[in-house]
Amino acid sequence: MRRTLAVLAIGFSLSALNARADEFTKADTDRYQKEYLNVVADGRALWTSGTLGTNGVACGQCHPNAANTHPETYPKFQKQLGKVAQLFEMVNWCVRNPLEGKPLAADDPKMTAIISYVNQERRGVKLAPGTH
Amino acid sequence: MSKLITRRSVMAAGAAGAVGTLTTLPISMVRLAFGGTRDDFTFTYISDAHIQQIKGASFVRNWDMGLKRAVAEANLIQPESDFVMFGGDLAQLGKKDELDHGGEILSHLSSKLHCVMGEHDYYFDLGEYWSKLYGPQYYSFDHKGVHFVVLNSILTFDEWTFRRWPTAEQRMQEMAGLDNPNSSPFMVGEKQRNWLREDLAKISHETPIVVFSHSPLQKIYKGWNFWTDDAEEVQALLQPFNSVNVIYGHVHQIQYNQIGNISFNSVMATAWPWPYPQSYAQAESHLPVLTVPMNRGDPFFERDATGWQLIDVNSGRVAARYQLWDNEPRTVAFDHKQGRPVDLAFQEPTNRRLPQSHY
Repeated sequence: MRRTLAVLAIGFSLSALNARADEFTKADTDRYQKEYLNVVADGRALWTSGTLGTNGVACGQCHPNAANTHPETYPKFQKQLGKVAQLFEMVNWCVRNPLEGKPLAADDPKMTAIISYVNQERRGVKLAPGTH
Repeated sequence: MSKLITRRSVMAAGAAGAVGTLTTLPISMVRLAFGGTRDDFTFTYISDAHIQQIKGASFVRNWDMGLKRAVAEANLIQPESDFVMFGGDLAQLGKKDELDHGGEILSHLSSKLHCVMGEHDYYFDLGEYWSKLYGPQYYSFDHKGVHFVVLNSILTFDEWTFRRWPTAEQRMQEMAGLDNPNSSPFMVGEKQRNWLREDLAKISHETPIVVFSHSPLQKIYKGWNFWTDDAEEVQALLQPFNSVNVIYGHVHQIQYNQIGNISFNSVMATAWPWPYPQSYAQAESHLPVLTVPMNRGDPFFERDATGWQLIDVNSGRVAARYQLWDNEPRTVAFDHKQGRPVDLAFQEPTNRRLPQSHY
């Protein structure tokens, strides 16, 4: 009995500290959006800066507004790689080759920023995974 | 390796297409069109090399190789084309080192060279060093019965050019980003338009006119400066002539159009390809409906969707033979029956390839 009370007490104190899982306010969504757009802005800065690789070439030189990256088609069979690939693998292909740089980990915050920027510029286009 | 065009293959390509150029037309038709005063000739067009300094004597290899390859191939054309045009953006950031390095590569051309100013050549020192190498920023010349005009179409508002930016480096950087919202629309400007009016006053309306500009003298997409702000005013000066051709760089892709008497043809970059503006989902753009897009560039092939072109104006109109290094060459030539440029292979929607449908 004493044990049950203790568990209840912990449960009560946790729920008092946190909002309920399925509820959020306008202030929350504004903050989430702001967090996301900050990362998008980081991505845009990386995209145009020429610092991702070693030769000063920037992603934006070939892809203004991240155009012709068609993120809505990934994952897809990438014939040049001979397998189904994700968008980050294509980003890394460009980092290694035209930018003459070192590939980024899939969860590197820089990669997250780049992917966020690419998707933001393509927002509103319907998903078309696997297509060319 | 893609097939290099020679005089023989040029003639074969012309003969194979429904739209011939004077290279393939009977001599009598040449005389009919031009009163016997003109000879056949071709010229070579190389553009948008974007030579980019890393530091010191080190330059981006990829862009160097594009320009070197175009120069080497242009030198192999037999018989030699009459002259070579370079369509602007020799440098990436307008630096003396970049213009010198690019100029050194261009100096290997065996034909006479004429140059067009690009924004990447201009906005560091406002064209001062470029002019030391290549002379006036706008001029005209006559060649075998055709009047050629070169314009500097990448000027912009004085406030932007002279007062907005604290340093020349920053001004160049702001203009160098194609999609940079801080850049400014290109224009020919009143001074050059007045010069053009006077220059054309001496020319008969029957004389074929070819105008070279860096930016399109038509409005396609302002966000990437596929655009010239006073395009309509320049077009109005050109419309009285029977046969006007505008050839422009900047866009790094095949485009063509017809507005009244004026035919428009873009040229390829040797550095890298650009997406067609409609592939940017957040803004409206106006690619000429005549234009059949190129294949989508394959990033795994460094030179894909780049190249150079052999142009003849033997009919008084442009036939541009695009040497697409990792793609089948394309020919866009004026069709006299339809009164507009057409692609000899892909104009009909049923003849298009899957990779020409872009995302």
